[in-house]
Amino acid sequence: MATTTEARAARSASAEQNKRSAGEFLLDQRAFVALIVLVIIFAFLSDAFLSPTNLITMTKHVAYNAILALGMLLVIITGGIDLSIGSIVGLSGIVAGVMLQGWNLSIFDSTAYPAVWIVIIISLAVGGLVGLLNGILVTRFNVAPFIATLGTLYIARGAALLISNGATFPRLQGDPTLGNTGFSFLGLGQPLGIPTAIWIMVVFAVVFAVLVTRTPFGRWLYATGGNERAAQLGGVPVKSVKVRVYVISGVCAAMAGLIIASELTSAAPQTGTTFELNAIAAVVIGGASLSGGRGTVKGALIGAFVIGFLSDGLVMVGVSTFWQTVTKGLVIVLAVMLDQGQQKLKDARAAAVAAQSVKRELAATQLSAQ
Amino acid sequence: MSTTAQATDVVMRATAITKVYGGTHALRGVDFEVRRGQVTALIGENGAGKSTLMKILAGVETPTTGSIELDGEPVEFRSPVEAVAHGVAIIHQDLSLCPNLSIADNIFVGRERTRGAFVDFAAQRQEVVDLLAHLEEPIAPGTLVGELRLGQQQLVEIARALSEDARVLIMDEPTSALSAVEVEVLFRVIRELTARGVSIIYVSHHLDECLELAHDAVVLRDGNVVAQAPVAEVDLAWIVSKMVGRDESALFSPMPHDPGEPIFEVQDLIVADPDNPERLAVRGVSLTVHAGEVVGMYGLMGAGRTEMLEALAGRNPVLGGTVTLDGRDLTHASVPERIAAGLVLVPEDRQRDGLVPTLSVGRNLSLAAVSRYVRGPFMRRAVERLDVEATSTQVRVKAASQDAPIDSLSGGNQQKVVIGRALMTQPRVLVLDEPTRGIDVGAKADIFALMAAEARTGIGVLFATSEVSEVLHASDRIIVIARGRVSAVFDPRTTTREMIMAASDVSSSAPSTEDE
Repeated sequence: MATTTEARAARSASAEQNKRSAGEFLLDQRAFVALIVLVIIFAFLSDAFLSPTNLITMTKHVAYNAILALGMLLVIITGGIDLSIGSIVGLSGIVAGVMLQGWNLSIFDSTAYPAVWIVIIISLAVGGLVGLLNGILVTRFNVAPFIATLGTLYIARGAALLISNGATFPRLQGDPTLGNTGFSFLGLGQPLGIPTAIWIMVVFAVVFAVLVTRTPFGRWLYATGGNERAAQLGGVPVKSVKVRVYVISGVCAAMAGLIIASELTSAAPQTGTTFELNAIAAVVIGGASLSGGRGTVKGALIGAFVIGFLSDGLVMVGVSTFWQTVTKGLVIVLAVMLDQGQQKLKDARAAAVAAQSVKRELAATQLSAQ
Repeated sequence: MSTTAQATDVVMRATAITKVYGGTHALRGVDFEVRRGQVTALIGENGAGKSTLMKILAGVETPTTGSIELDGEPVEFRSPVEAVAHGVAIIHQDLSLCPNLSIADNIFVGRERTRGAFVDFAAQRQEVVDLLAHLEEPIAPGTLVGELRLGQQQLVEIARALSEDARVLIMDEPTSALSAVEVEVLFRVIRELTARGVSIIYVSHHLDECLELAHDAVVLRDGNVVAQAPVAEVDLAWIVSKMVGRDESALFSPMPHDPGEPIFEVQDLIVADPDNPERLAVRGVSLTVHAGEVVGMYGLMGAGRTEMLEALAGRNPVLGGTVTLDGRDLTHASVPERIAAGLVLVPEDRQRDGLVPTLSVGRNLSLAAVSRYVRGPFMRRAVERLDVEATSTQVRVKAASQDAPIDSLSGGNQQKVVIGRALMTQPRVLVLDEPTRGIDVGAKADIFALMAAEARTGIGVLFATSEVSEVLHASDRIIVIARGRVSAVFDPRTTTREMIMAASDVSSSAPSTEDE
């Protein structure tokens, strides 16, 4: 975050003069504070919460939501939204399922059993293709992102149901005689004692952080979301930037779909329903603005952790699923309220300070006039 | 590329440029030349076609017909990026910056300095530090553009254009938000550039700037080039007469000066800048509007006019001071309370703040007065129609009928609708922000006549403008605003253009207490 850190440094320097209260600092870092508070509360309520096994289990649950949130983050920074990712999660799992169960190529009258790495690449490509469709709808046909991705939400889900005929593909571990084993590594493998899903999340997070903060593409994301016209006049290939973020988001969703299918060693066409909402919630809790131009990888990750730890923690302390849903909603609304409140508080304070000095000046000039 | 580079050969030549938007001709066959190492001033009123021509030369817009040559070679710019690649850069009039990015990011957006796949932040920062030092505005390159004041943002635009190393540099109102000191720095930079052989196209409302800087003056009116001459051979009066096309005072109906009781008073008003709350847009303004009086408020862009008028209308919170109408304190009243009390604003940006594009002409007119046509839970639509009809005749809207879509009207007629809507609320004080922005000369005259007629019925009129000729000829009293303060009050009968311009130009380096 070179700019944002610079900007933040500049902002905190100027805020220093106004003697920032501890409260304001906490507001600034509210997503992180919320996470810490959650951890502390659940640690008190449940002995098992802070055990290493539980932390790893919870982080594994966080992992696929975090990957979805990273893709969503890029879209949201450019001022768009991607509602189709939950359906892509289901579709990519089904595509992988079809190929691992035996890909019936009727024209050749034979059944193919592609190797796992080919399955993974094709599944990711399918996610990317749905993203490409989103991008084309948004840039070429000027469909509002909300509507375009709402459409592909249904299309991708329908495709998953069509391919699977509504059924679940079980037993995806593969068959050594066909040479297509190894798919379960994604969801069940534990290199160095850490689940593969967590490794994938870490790699994605690092790559995205570098992409967003260190590359021209990262600048273009923020420029497009901040002032699209200015970006365009400045030579940013705005349309291509938008297409690319939807493709990336689609690939992220497909990755999440593969992890889930691998973990369950089965693929169901309904997998991933409403996951897009979790991803949006994570990105927003992490401080991104739905109107674009604002948001960080760190924030989106913390947001995903807040949502993940919250749901798992509530389960562990035995809160009913109905109350879990209500609580999740409250946290999201609270996060956005704090966001608005913080900005208002800052603005009002700055304005009041400036107004005071002018009032003093005015009083002084009136005195001297008399 | 021409090899015979003389001091005055033509670098850029536009031939027979026309531009049609919808049904209106913004440009009608313009021929335009730019000489090497010279400043060419492009002069004209709002709506004359200056900005359209600049956008075409810079590749932002493509011409409907006509051609452009650069050093004798025909060129076609399909985007600003292609223009920059050919060495033609532009400083946009309406700032086109990303407020959420830093200065350095804004300057290099779309053409980042890279090392391998990564942005070379160190190189960018160094270049920006050098550029800003050259402009004598040493701001940290990491500062967010949204946190800068307007003048500094304009300098960032200028710095970006300079970093593009152009041979033709187009400046569209580059000084609209700059202080006198900053303008001097810009002029020095311009002279350095021309000495190096860079050509400048300079567009400005400030005719004195054009006379000081330019070698050639080209005057546009209604999409045509109506005059061009070396600046050495012309004076202000010549330019003004060419711009307006007739004696400028004939534009406006004479004002009867018959002020009655003071009805509207503003005392020590303080208003924050909504875009940058640490800065105050209005720093203690006091003024009075009498019944039957038209008060004209003049100020440069960023002087605080709009912020002040929006605060009067209840859209910006008032931090200090009082606003009273007919003895009633409205300082913290809501917008509907103000309208009910008789205080109504005709906003500056009619597209964004004034009109509902999906409603008809009639529905737009009655929008603010809807509550007057309610009986029980229903609208009395017949009465509404009659009143709408009467108002549209009063403000002289030219529309097929009141059911016509609002976007079928020209800019001038749309503006009359917005004014008519304000009048339908039966105001005591009519406040208008830039009521003639972007409309043609005929509609301007209509609007000023309407303002005068309304004043004659005994209401107060307060309008803001950035055109000196308007404030001179359409007001009974002139108030000049500079840097959020009243810097002067004039009687238009004893005031000159120069006096108003001088009062509006309070340098930023002067201590702020000096203003009053």
